[in-house]
Amino acid sequence: MNGTTTLERRSFGETMRADVWWTQPLLVFIGLSIFIVYSTWAAFQGQNYFFGNYISPFYSPEILGDSPHSWFGPKPDWWPAWLIFSPALLVLWAPGGFRLTCYYYRGAYYKAFWADPPACTVGEPRKSYWGERSFPLIMQNVHRYFLYLAVLFLLVLAYDVWKALWFPDGFGIGIGTIVLAINVVLLGGYTFGCHSLRHLAGGLLDQFSKAPACYRAYTCVSCFNRRHMLWAWLSLFWVGFADLYVRLCAMGVWHDFRIV
Amino acid sequence: MKAVFKIWRGDAKGGEFRDYTTEVAEGMVVLDAIHDIQRTQAPDLACRWNCKAGKCGSCSAEVNGMPKLMCMTRLSELPLEKPVTVEPMKAFPVLKDLVTDVSWNFRVKKKIKPFKPRHPDAPDGTWRMQQEDIDRVQEFRKCIECFLCQDVCHVLRDHQMHERFIGPRFLIHVAALEMHPLDTEDRTEELRNKQGIGYCNITKCCTNVCPESIQITDNGIIPLKERVVDDFYDPFGWVWKGFKKLLNR
Repeated sequence: MNGTTTLERRSFGETMRADVWWTQPLLVFIGLSIFIVYSTWAAFQGQNYFFGNYISPFYSPEILGDSPHSWFGPKPDWWPAWLIFSPALLVLWAPGGFRLTCYYYRGAYYKAFWADPPACTVGEPRKSYWGERSFPLIMQNVHRYFLYLAVLFLLVLAYDVWKALWFPDGFGIGIGTIVLAINVVLLGGYTFGCHSLRHLAGGLLDQFSKAPACYRAYTCVSCFNRRHMLWAWLSLFWVGFADLYVRLCAMGVWHDFRIV
Repeated sequence: MKAVFKIWRGDAKGGEFRDYTTEVAEGMVVLDAIHDIQRTQAPDLACRWNCKAGKCGSCSAEVNGMPKLMCMTRLSELPLEKPVTVEPMKAFPVLKDLVTDVSWNFRVKKKIKPFKPRHPDAPDGTWRMQQEDIDRVQEFRKCIECFLCQDVCHVLRDHQMHERFIGPRFLIHVAALEMHPLDTEDRTEELRNKQGIGYCNITKCCTNVCPESIQITDNGIIPLKERVVDDFYDPFGWVWKGFKKLLNR
């Protein structure tokens, strides 16, 4: 570019903004930190993750494990003794990767955790910048593959809700059933508003009129996509709460109330 | 009621903020105050303006640290108990006071592959389009080229990567061409390499400052990023496309 700007590059945190610009990145930092700490702790517990017909969403699908929800039985004998085992660790990477590479979360955590930038028009701590053009952030382009896995997980979690309707004495609805059902609804709202899904459903086309079904799908995904941030936070909070609910019921701290 | 305006005065060699106190009244916008100051206290104060209706995109500046059109920023929205700062856009070279040299943008635009329509649909040389095909593009055509999105983008503003990144305004321009139902040109290779779409890290600052409320990030940049993924980062997608081509033969 010809010439230079005479206003000097602002130092970290420097801005002419008069508003409390740091509230949003701070709230994102606190919210995501709490979730990361709690989910990591819960994933390493390896116990109290099921209560009767309920299973924590952090542990579902339970590929290997000791609960009756396990797909392929208990931990195999050949599992190395030095390697920590928890059913959650076998599956949590998939939804974790989906959120990590999500377009909304990317923008949010680049600001809140990496100050890149801390907020709009606020000075940054580093002079160098690579963006998502080179390693490691170029890996964010894998997002659509995590989307495929997230859709499969959603089906499994919906099946968990079905199982949560069947108690030893037959059909019923408990508070836990509702908690798990809300979890699926919120995760569905988040997953079906995904930017990659919006593209794959029809956004990649230039002529919607030649593919009316794709256009309808695109419109539907766009509808969820408009509130993607809201779905992202609600589903994040609720999936953590669903784990906490099942955990506290399993520990005998909370009593699951049967409605039907 | 009186209000204090801290206005940046200077040129390419340097400058400083100077305080001006002026009378403000109900319904005034920042540009009105600037004009009052120009008329009564600083006749040499340079500012670019034209329509006073938020449609020409001339009076872009930074008001209280945020890129805004001065003609659309009501004083009633600002905390007037503190001085209101008004400074030129930071992503472009200053010419004088609030006026910046935005010519880089026009040079960038010239380098973008132009519209290349398919053969006409009708014998009279015209085309037929459906409304649903053109809805997306119509949103992008609302752009008034105020360059506030370019100014707020930290890739241009803080990292000065003007040679490697075309900025949100021109990503929207490319999106308008790429998604056009008649266009046959392919721009994804340029988007990835010369135009540097990978530098965008989705802060959504551009969307936040757009006076036309264009959903720059969600409707323009991210869909373009996804098209780049289609062509360069998705092996399953390549197989699927190859399969579809075989079927269409």
